[in-house]
Amino acid sequence: MSYMGLPLRSFRRLGRIILLACHGMGHALIILGSATLFIRTIWRPRARHETVAQLYITGIKSLGVISVVAVFTGMILALQTGLELRRYGQEEFIGSAVSISIIREMGPFMTGLIIAASVGSAIAAQLGTMAVSEEIAALEVMSINPNRFLVMPRLVALAIMLPVLTVYTNILGILGGGIVGATQLGVSFQAYLDNATRFAENKDLFVGLFKAFVFGIIIATVACYQGLSATEGAVGVGRATRQTVITSFLMILIVGYMITRLFYI
Amino acid sequence: MITFDNVTKKLGGKMILDGVSFEVPKGETFVVVGLSGAGKSVTLKHMIHLLVPDRGTVRIGDDVISQARGPELERMRSRFGVLFQGAALLQWLDVFENVALPLRENTKMTEEEIEKTVLEKLTLLNMAESAEKFPSDLSGGMQKRVGLARAIVMSPEIILYDEPTSGLDPVTSRLIDGLIENLRKELGVTSVVVTHDLHSALSIGTRIMMIDGGKIVENAVPEEFIRSENETVKLFLESQYITRRGAWEKGMEGHG
Ligand SMILES: Nc1ncnc2c1ncn2[C@@H]1O[C@H](COP(=O)(O)OP(=O)(O)O)[C@@H](O)[C@H]1O
Ligand SMILES: [Mg+2]
Repeated sequence: MSYMGLPLRSFRRLGRIILLACHGMGHALIILGSATLFIRTIWRPRARHETVAQLYITGIKSLGVISVVAVFTGMILALQTGLELRRYGQEEFIGSAVSISIIREMGPFMTGLIIAASVGSAIAAQLGTMAVSEEIAALEVMSINPNRFLVMPRLVALAIMLPVLTVYTNILGILGGGIVGATQLGVSFQAYLDNATRFAENKDLFVGLFKAFVFGIIIATVACYQGLSATEGAVGVGRATRQTVITSFLMILIVGYMITRLFYI
Repeated sequence: MITFDNVTKKLGGKMILDGVSFEVPKGETFVVVGLSGAGKSVTLKHMIHLLVPDRGTVRIGDDVISQARGPELERMRSRFGVLFQGAALLQWLDVFENVALPLRENTKMTEEEIEKTVLEKLTLLNMAESAEKFPSDLSGGMQKRVGLARAIVMSPEIILYDEPTSGLDPVTSRLIDGLIENLRKELGVTSVVVTHDLHSALSIGTRIMMIDGGKIVENAVPEEFIRSENETVKLFLESQYITRRGAWEKGMEGHG
């Protein structure tokens, strides 16, 4: 082997990884674009039925986990900031501190992570199983576009459900903070809520919900792309599921940061 | 009807089809045999553009399906019914809805028409009693029959069968053979059947082709196929206890 062999080979490998990533991203965007165009077919009975079913699955499936995580997130935030604020005798401000960070950041973020891990992975597993058992091929041969038949209802359901669940997370999170305020920090629930509503702006809520909406689209796109392009049997399905969770997590972090920057700087 | 012209396909770094050319004549039952992994399913998938050749073309009549896209591809595919090797039923739909799916998606039939057509096809395959079961509650052979009902429900002019009788008992296998024969005789359907079952190949096939090592090693009418001098074909025949004379006589019984 030549002495230049090793670096050249790893450069080539890096190049290939980047190319593959771009190819995957392109493919995922095509799926997203195609499914978006198919939203016009949503009023057909079967599509409507499927979308409602997906809304239900997305909304109900993770409600338990979301509730627990939301309440504890609020409690942790309240405790954390409350202890700090108490040093300056400013405990009454935990209302706004908790509500603003939940509404702007933690609500959509936590909801996104949980839905990516529960619903996103389930979508990838389902579509992946369909892909490796040739069900997707069968649909294509029957001139049934998988982007219309499978992706569109899931995309719509996640894009709607993520903001809805985020509102739920926000409410529970703020209540959780209030509980800690009342029991640990001696801030009455009334004072907590007053403070929370006085400082949180509508803009915070809308930016948070916009984030959730984008997270929903990201999760649906990543999960459907990974599922539809699964190959090689059960191993491939496992890989698609894992990739969905990892990629969604990373994108939620990065895109969440970019949206905050866009609106607040 | 279906023409492969010098089709070459590499998959996973392995040459699966190596310059394959053949024609499936209209109105015939064209049987493809070969060992597992020989590329039979890959060949079928090229006919409906689920795989595209690295080199060469696949034509359906005068249409080059291997290069078609979009609505043009949909139009060409609508001439086909396909039974996949694993049946490929949608797991969350029951048997009835699986068979009804192409009708619901691609036709404007009323609910009564759909019900009538679907039950008719299911009855043809002895599966009417299972209409409300889900695929996961059926044996592999029963799933195959539902897949077959779905493949024929749109009355296509070309039907591809990937191992239609594998996993079926001999009686049901002959039922499927009879169905394929009837579709050809009564409706002039062109069929391509991938099978390991030489008895069924000999009884329904109007032509038999064997693939091995990416090449066509034999492509002949059944009478000639069993007299083939090719070593691979001989081995394949012998492995199923078919002798040069006996087999054909047995095969003829099937024709009745
Ligand atoms: N999508 C694919 N990617 C890589 N290899 C494949 C793919 N599809 C089939 N193969 C390989 O091609 C060969 C032929 O497969 P197939 O046509 O399914 O065989 P069979 O004749 O049993 O139907 C096998 O070795 C299989 O592993
Ligand atoms: Mg096969």
